[in-house]
Amino acid sequence: MRINFQQKLDELKERLLVMAGLVEQAIQRATEAYSTRDLQLCELVKLSEPAINRMEREIDQAALDLLAMEQPMAVDLRFIIAVIRINADLERVGDQAVNIASRVQDLGMFANIDIPVDIPKLASLASAMVRKALQSFIEGDADLAQSVLSLDDQVDEMNREAFRSLGELIQSKPAMTPQALNALIISRNLERVGDHATNIAEDVIFWVRGADVRHGAMVERDKI
Amino acid sequence: MGVEIRVTDLNAWYGPVHTLKDVTLNIPANHATALIGPSGCGKSTFVRCLNRMHETNPIARAEGTVCMGELDIYKDASPVEIRRRIGMVFQRPNPFPTMSIYDNVASGLKLNGFRKKRVLDEIVERSLKQAALWDEVKDDLRKKSGASLSGGQQQRLCIARALAVDPEVLLMDEPASALDPVSTAKIEDLIFQLKDQYTIVIVTHNMQQAARVAEKTGFFLNGRLVEFDATHKIFTMPSDKRTEDYITGRFG
Repeated sequence: MRINFQQKLDELKERLLVMAGLVEQAIQRATEAYSTRDLQLCELVKLSEPAINRMEREIDQAALDLLAMEQPMAVDLRFIIAVIRINADLERVGDQAVNIASRVQDLGMFANIDIPVDIPKLASLASAMVRKALQSFIEGDADLAQSVLSLDDQVDEMNREAFRSLGELIQSKPAMTPQALNALIISRNLERVGDHATNIAEDVIFWVRGADVRHGAMVERDKI
Repeated sequence: MGVEIRVTDLNAWYGPVHTLKDVTLNIPANHATALIGPSGCGKSTFVRCLNRMHETNPIARAEGTVCMGELDIYKDASPVEIRRRIGMVFQRPNPFPTMSIYDNVASGLKLNGFRKKRVLDEIVERSLKQAALWDEVKDDLRKKSGASLSGGQQQRLCIARALAVDPEVLLMDEPASALDPVSTAKIEDLIFQLKDQYTIVIVTHNMQQAARVAEKTGFFLNGRLVEFDATHKIFTMPSDKRTEDYITGRFG
């Protein structure tokens, strides 16, 4: 039993979960800022970005060290590869949160209008996907990860619907274009959050089952 | 050219100890196949059964079928014939210490009755080139003994000696475990070059080495072949929990 190596793998997982906590908080604050138009929350989201970026670099370095020093195999190798990928996806979710916070700040410069898109519902769905994907990572539960994949279709559909209704709003009331564009960008960012949650779930499936389910495909390796 | 080896229900004993149990597998021609497993798992015994070296021990015996192409090596051929067609390289380089480099390589040919100097010269040169040793020893072929070479050079000399008799199969029992990393890399490069022409079976404790050089890998445990599959599959997603436990160091 490689006790020291197992401890390092556990530490890597813990660090990734700390980063995941920061990212989840950023998304939650950004969407709450949209609902409440609380510009202070927007500032908090932006302030969290350097910490998330720093953690991304630290986790990558720790994973790289393990690959170089421990020559992991099989499930351990897949775990470290999954951590590296999830790490990148989490950092991107952090960026989406910052983008949303910026759009909320921009919205604050214009008159408050009735936007015909249920952004809080979309945010709630995308956040639930992230939470579920991370829960599957914590528990090493490929079935739970699998259930995240089907949620992405709902998020995509809501984003498409937002595109349609906001397009109509711009056409019918051009004066509301700035607000509509900001809402459109927020919707698009939340759709990307769903995509990253999907990626995380796929990485969990890869780690646990050794199956590459990315892009809806099961990849068979060549045999001699 | 290499030849496929088909092993069916192979069992082996040392005295009363049943060291190899019902092993069945096909070793593909012109590829490198690695055998891994903990000490005493039966992988070296398995390799020794492939060239009938196992039976040279008076208390050892083997049962089952080992076919080299169409040839059943336990029924259709003598041990001497088999060992000409199946070369073997051991953990510790074992050049003949009193022979020159040239005579080490030519020894197998001379035993088989080759006497023509021009033919011997050609084969010695070709074998040393195949073993990536020619450039280092070509000026000292008859001046230096095999034992005067470095450990890594001695091992490549042993490979040249094995290749000189034009075998179809090359068995390597931990060929680099006594060598430094530079010499190990040369042996691995050599395996990579040779596997297009020979069927190579390599026993190794170094899993990275198996991953680097072999297309197929077999995992032995307690005398049984637990898993035999494409090397990339064994090292990324093995089918058997025991294989995974061994290669991830959770074993025991």
